Amino acid sequence: MELLEGNNLSMVFGGLSALNSVDIKINKGEVLSIIGPNGAGKTTLFNLLTGIYSPTKGEICFRKKEIKNLKPYEITKLGIARTFQNIRLFKEMSVLDNVIIGQHCRTKAGVFGAMFKTPSVRREEALVREKVMDVLKFVDLDDVYMEKAKNLPYGKQRRLEMARALATDPELILLDEPAAGMNHQETNELIKLIEKLNNTGKTVLLIEHDMKLVMDISRRIMVLDYGKKIADGPPDEVKNDEKVIKAYLGDDFRRETREIKKVKEAKEVKKAKEAYVC
Amino acid sequence: MSYYSQILTVIIINSILAVSLNLVSGYTGQLSLGHATFMGLGAYAATLFALKLQSPFLVSIILGAAVAAFFGFVIGVPTLRLKGDYLAIATLGFGEITKNILLNLKITGGPMGLRGIPKVTNVYVAAAALVLVIFSLNRIINSRVGKSFIAIREDELAAESMGINTTRFKILAFVIGAFYAGLAGGLYAFLFRYINPKDFGFMRSIEILCMVVLGGMGNTYGAVFGAAIITILPEFLRSVSPVVAQYRMVLYGLLLVVMMIVKPQGIISESSLSNKKREKSLEKGGL
Repeated sequence: MELLEGNNLSMVFGGLSALNSVDIKINKGEVLSIIGPNGAGKTTLFNLLTGIYSPTKGEICFRKKEIKNLKPYEITKLGIARTFQNIRLFKEMSVLDNVIIGQHCRTKAGVFGAMFKTPSVRREEALVREKVMDVLKFVDLDDVYMEKAKNLPYGKQRRLEMARALATDPELILLDEPAAGMNHQETNELIKLIEKLNNTGKTVLLIEHDMKLVMDISRRIMVLDYGKKIADGPPDEVKNDEKVIKAYLGDDFRRETREIKKVKEAKEVKKAKEAYVC
Repeated sequence: MSYYSQILTVIIINSILAVSLNLVSGYTGQLSLGHATFMGLGAYAATLFALKLQSPFLVSIILGAAVAAFFGFVIGVPTLRLKGDYLAIATLGFGEITKNILLNLKITGGPMGLRGIPKVTNVYVAAAALVLVIFSLNRIINSRVGKSFIAIREDELAAESMGINTTRFKILAFVIGAFYAGLAGGLYAFLFRYINPKDFGFMRSIEILCMVVLGGMGNTYGAVFGAAIITILPEFLRSVSPVVAQYRMVLYGLLLVVMMIVKPQGIISESSLSNKKREKSLEKGGL
């Protein structure tokens, strides 16, 4: 079932066309990756889907509802949450407060409720606290909840951004280069986290340059180049697409995969031989 | 009323002003250079209610604050779409417009101002008002609403992407700030018994901003501290020599420059609120 559908999306900044008639379809429960060289329009596409820009042309439907003219906070309320390419946490706020902000659109307490601490506000606050601690446990940050966001190490800041997005109770979560700047081990942890996320029923759309991560967890990959979609399909298909190799992956990648294949074959041959010998 | 209790009352009124500007500029991060405008609107409205309609003191100052809040909304809607410097300039412009309107209306007494206001404000009334203001502000800051204000200051785009209607919450901060400033204005009018548009001009706005910056942006008690220093300083200088007191604005400027270099976060910075305090409030069922 389609969760989100963008048709014929174009975005023009002045005379520069950042996106040119791009179609995107996200099915419920899948992990879709967008890859492509820098400046291909990946983040622009994210900004269109989350309402930061309104597309010059085209439509976006989320759960059959037109969202292209909605403000970012309205889209978040409908169930799309995101993280940012360069971390945008509320730096001076604690880890806990950052995630509490995520719950903003699911709560109602107003000024007078806050001043008089009415029973309904107290109840709501208790629910928020419970929910937020659950989310922090999910991303394994519950031990640093009183820490200021700016004092966390880089990998944890990335996880906190995900926690904040998760606290909005999204159906679709958009991750903009979640593995950027991460070391090997952190990336592996991130892969596990995204898989865990997907297993809880969240649909994930991600932009990523780390091919290991992309190939590991994507059910489908979409490739952008110069604002155009040049490929869309399962990882194996995209990996071997001539256009994609030319535009993004490069011959090196093909060579590498071929070499890996060779090594694998060689290993298999060796195994077979050993088996034969035995 | 003795000299000292008079000064204490002024300190308290200035504290209310500083604390209310701190909500707008310190917590929500929207630099306003027209805060005295709301003080003036509150002062004029409260006075007019009292003089023309003979409404009792308490009703007058609350109605005055409500009028200021209403104008906070009217001014906030167009200006809070702007950011940073542009917002500061727009609020400054609105301040000048209001001052000139007050100078030219018949009902406000024009440049003569309004006189014959009964003296009702004293230390106890002002202190009670300050306690109520700080109590309610603390509740707001520690709630969903206050956290949204701080999130807007920290990163407006991220705040909007996390589901906060940023324009609405900025206007809300502005309206609450204007309400408290109007309250302070009412107290001011009933203390000095005479008001004049010049009392609520640009210099007053800057003075309030000085209190907040000196005390510590984003810390309510810092703002109170700043208000106390800025109020006592000219009195102290006057006791040293009247000539020095004339140059107090130079001293304010110097004080700000030194502050920015030595301790830009103010005397009592936001982070000095300890984790322990927060954990305690969590245990008690706060947010």
